[in-house]
Amino acid sequence: MSDHSNGGPHASGTVTTAGQGEAEKFRDPGLPPHRPRLADVDPRAEKRAERQVAILFVVSIIGTLAFFYAYFFIELDQTIGTLRLQNLVLGLGTAFAMLGIGVGIVHWAKTLMPDHEVAESRHEIRSESDRQDAEKIVGDIIEETGIKRRPLIRNSLIGAMLLAPLPAIAIFRDLGPLPGDTLRHTMWDTDVRLTRDPDGTPIKASDVTIGSAFHVIPEGLNEAEHKLEEKAKAVVLLMRLNPEELNPSEGREDWGYNGIVAYSKICTHVGCPVALYEQQTHHLLCPCHQSTFDLTQECKVIFGPAVRPLPQLPITVNDEGYLVARSDFHEPVGPSFWERG
Amino acid sequence: MKALSQRRRHPMAAIALLLLGLLVTGGLYAVASTANEAKAETTYSASDIAEGEKLFVANCATCHGMGASGTDDGPSLVGVGAASVDFQVGTGRMPLQMSGPQAMEKPNQFTEEQTAQLSAYVASLGAGPGIPDEEYLEHEGLEAEEIAEGGEIFRVNCAMCHNAAAAGGALTRGKFAPGLADVSEKHIYEAMATGPQNMPVFNDANITPEDKKKVIGFLKTIESQGSPGGADLGSLGPVSEGLFIWVAGLGAVIGFTVWLTSRSS
Amino acid sequence: MSSTSTTATYQPATKVGRITDFVDSRVGGSSMVKEFGRKIFPDHWTFMFGEVALYSFVILLLSGTFLTFFFDPSMAETHYDGSYVPLKGVEMSVAYASSLDISFDIRGGLFMRQVHHWSALLFVAAVSVHMLRVFFTGAFRRPRELNWVVGGVLLILAMAAGFTGYSLPDDLLSGNGLRIIDGVIKSVPVVGTYISFFLFGGEFPGTDIIGRLYVLHILLIPAIILLMIAIHLFMVVVHKHTQYPGPGRTNDNVVGFPVGPVYAAKAGGFFFIVFGIIAFISAAFTINPIWNYGPYDPSPVSAGTQPDWYIGWVDGALRLMPGWLGSFPFEWEIPFPWGTNTLSLNVLLPALVPAGIVFTLLFTWPWIERWITKDNREHHLLDRPRNAPGRTAVGVAGVVFYCVMWAAASSDLIATHFSVSLNDVTYWLRVLFFLGPVLGFIITRRIALALQRKDREIALHGRETGRIVRLPHGEYIEVHEPLDDYKLYKLVSYDAPMTVPAEADRNGHISKSEKRRAMISRFLFEDRVAPVTPAELEEAHSHGHQDQLATDADNAAVVEKH
Repeated sequence: MSDHSNGGPHASGTVTTAGQGEAEKFRDPGLPPHRPRLADVDPRAEKRAERQVAILFVVSIIGTLAFFYAYFFIELDQTIGTLRLQNLVLGLGTAFAMLGIGVGIVHWAKTLMPDHEVAESRHEIRSESDRQDAEKIVGDIIEETGIKRRPLIRNSLIGAMLLAPLPAIAIFRDLGPLPGDTLRHTMWDTDVRLTRDPDGTPIKASDVTIGSAFHVIPEGLNEAEHKLEEKAKAVVLLMRLNPEELNPSEGREDWGYNGIVAYSKICTHVGCPVALYEQQTHHLLCPCHQSTFDLTQECKVIFGPAVRPLPQLPITVNDEGYLVARSDFHEPVGPSFWERG
Repeated sequence: MKALSQRRRHPMAAIALLLLGLLVTGGLYAVASTANEAKAETTYSASDIAEGEKLFVANCATCHGMGASGTDDGPSLVGVGAASVDFQVGTGRMPLQMSGPQAMEKPNQFTEEQTAQLSAYVASLGAGPGIPDEEYLEHEGLEAEEIAEGGEIFRVNCAMCHNAAAAGGALTRGKFAPGLADVSEKHIYEAMATGPQNMPVFNDANITPEDKKKVIGFLKTIESQGSPGGADLGSLGPVSEGLFIWVAGLGAVIGFTVWLTSRSS
Repeated sequence: MSSTSTTATYQPATKVGRITDFVDSRVGGSSMVKEFGRKIFPDHWTFMFGEVALYSFVILLLSGTFLTFFFDPSMAETHYDGSYVPLKGVEMSVAYASSLDISFDIRGGLFMRQVHHWSALLFVAAVSVHMLRVFFTGAFRRPRELNWVVGGVLLILAMAAGFTGYSLPDDLLSGNGLRIIDGVIKSVPVVGTYISFFLFGGEFPGTDIIGRLYVLHILLIPAIILLMIAIHLFMVVVHKHTQYPGPGRTNDNVVGFPVGPVYAAKAGGFFFIVFGIIAFISAAFTINPIWNYGPYDPSPVSAGTQPDWYIGWVDGALRLMPGWLGSFPFEWEIPFPWGTNTLSLNVLLPALVPAGIVFTLLFTWPWIERWITKDNREHHLLDRPRNAPGRTAVGVAGVVFYCVMWAAASSDLIATHFSVSLNDVTYWLRVLFFLGPVLGFIITRRIALALQRKDREIALHGRETGRIVRLPHGEYIEVHEPLDDYKLYKLVSYDAPMTVPAEADRNGHISKSEKRRAMISRFLFEDRVAPVTPAELEEAHSHGHQDQLATDADNAAVVEKH
């Protein structure tokens, strides 16, 4: 190998340090000579290209006909199969109708229309004299208004202009009510029974075997006036594990019942339902951003973007053996907000 | 292995995977749907139990202990019921091949008869969920509304792990909820009833057998009908759609732009 | 226009002439034809992405109009009674039910939905690739800075259009997406809760949001997009298109095909091609199967809940952010005299900071680059990306930054599909979030410089032919074939930016910002591969006499193919 085939940095001094300056440049050889296409020189090739373009347009016609066939003659009989077939033929018909035209036109342009590249010179975007004229006109206009000489007018105008858009903001005030303390309360209250989501049947403590997970809504939710809004705050996940595995902190020892505990299902990060319960590791995982909560540590965050533990719903059993809430949550559920405190 | 892992990163690999997944799903479904379920057995003969014990001692006792009382390597199986054994052994998850985040599905190591004998033995150790009756697996006669109810139950209780289209999803630290296509009716039922591995238990008080049947009916309906819009790209949602438009959609567009701006010969 | 005078004197002879005259004497079209009829557009496949975006947008308008005729943006409750069996009788909103009706009970409705959604994905993708092309070729430089900004605004509008549309069917997937948005809004200090209540008309989800997003999606955002496109295209006409450097192509001309007929045919035909591609995809591939997700209900959620791809990076940032750094929480409860307020940095930082960085740099880059290079000339000739290693490296660093977040949005699918731990994927991506852009920068710059050196070698010594020749005195050399003038000119006609040292101002004082500028300039341009000069080529030829010898001896010598 000859020594110069090595393109390394020191091989031929290719890396220059800055400031070395530009030496002379190569002369522009101009546009390369035009090379004729087959269709330019061979009449048969030209004829062939012409035929190809026409065939492509015919393909387009067939595609459109296929669309009509699918639309009128593939009857939907409420099964997915016919719908899939209709969608496929409608789509392929459209695809061929469009591609036939598009490819045909482009093929026509490429093979049969002139292919000489043309140079056009660029013009100055603005001419110097125009700019001077414009500058003078604007200057004259400003001068004639006298806005510079009359600060009283100017300042009062600025004040008026600043104030005028405010109604446009204020008028949107009635988009919604003020938050008030709605985010602090849910439908849960003393003695509200825990019921299954979605059918609303009550749950007995004896129904909840170890390893179980129940998706729970408060009793009466399905009949509530603002059902979805209440549900968005009140959904709870009910689980039972060995009572020894729970480590309740002081004051929360009686929030569960025989190892049955209820936690808000709404992630404290941005509010997705944290519903993935791993019954052996006792982890709760949010499928949206992977915040992981440890049930054995009162749903403390052990991974992911959430900071606060899931709020626990204090529960107990009523005289009939049904699980009921002791009270509402002791803190707002769901994502944090400024006023949360 | 290295070559494979490199090729996996190839942009086309995702598409190839998706297509492969589609083919496999379709193919397996065709097989699975024809193979009908085994009969429901609620009573076991003494000889089944005795045979089952032999099999258990030979294949399971290393981890689960003599008498299935559990060791450090495996939990006690007293009271897990026949359904649990039928699911774990029937789907090949047990015996465990190697320890990992969770037991993987693989070809069944035992014959149907041996599986039944193992189930009989474990069922004899303590009461637990039994193998489901055929009536709860036979979903053909369900009304449209019942299938829709099954869908609602599925979305509330199952979709967060298994995905709304039952395509599966990730759990923590390498564990995952598998896709449910080509899982037999019986195994779906047993999984709900027993809560294998990290799956919670959905006992009969939580989801009644009739509701379980509706869930199965829903799953089998969406599995058999396919997607009305064409290939479903793995039913993985916006990620596979985004990948598809960047690779296939933009790829096709670039192909045409190159052709369009090239000189004709 | 001077229409009155022309009608008086001009008598059209042909049919075309008569039509032209009719139009011209009323609206003055001839000057338009004069301006555009033979206007020159350069031809290169990378110049087509803007057109792809434009055409996808046209297809969006067409298919979207169809959908509005059938879609009912009401959140009133109803029970589904259409033909899709697995949802029969399910309680849902009217919006969701009408989306299902479009899919299952209106012929061609499913196809139009798929066309609309696929072209939305392609629209944002084409806008993005178009912007990458403009960035990496330096097409944003003077005089096109403002058009670059308009393009950036269009990107944001495209994302907004996509997101508002994504939420309309009121299915479980998009509903959870809205809930995430609600959570992010609530984290905004002071006004967050209020904005959330005003947006949703009360508590989430309320009954207003779909109708409001609908108005934004079909009226306001498309109108602004159209306006921006008009401005964008107007500026393209004013500036004329850029072109790649090459023989005959200078900073003062445009070389290409005239609009009529070639360019118009190609561009017009390309619209049908883009439509055809989208139609094909929509025929054969499902998108947004809302029937799988079910109606929105705040309790369920599906595994693999992700936004459409263009919002993915923000979602990925939310996933990457740790809530706790050891025992340090990113949510603070700040005591004020009036009470305690909560600041959710674990949501605010990832939602605002990466997007803030990306868009601030994107919008200001033309001025940043001008400030660093002190290059305020008009540029109509593009850079090949390798010939601007500093800019290319910065661009790749940005792309890597974006892609790490993008990948994070699918961390759960990466975990299941490659059989790795979800947590490990997140840990790795957290590292890459910081390390990736740096590595991307360094590696890209090295690659760009290496490619420039390769170009230099080829310019100086010709193309390696792969033929090994033995010379009479026994030495083996490889035959290099010299380039023709045109190929040579392509390799040598570029400007290599160089370090501009700190310059003193009029008072002889070097300001701090000037010193900083000089530092960045040195960092970016210190390593530089200069284009070959004629003198160097001359010298190389006199040195490389063996090549000549080899060519002479070509036929006689022992030739061994590689």
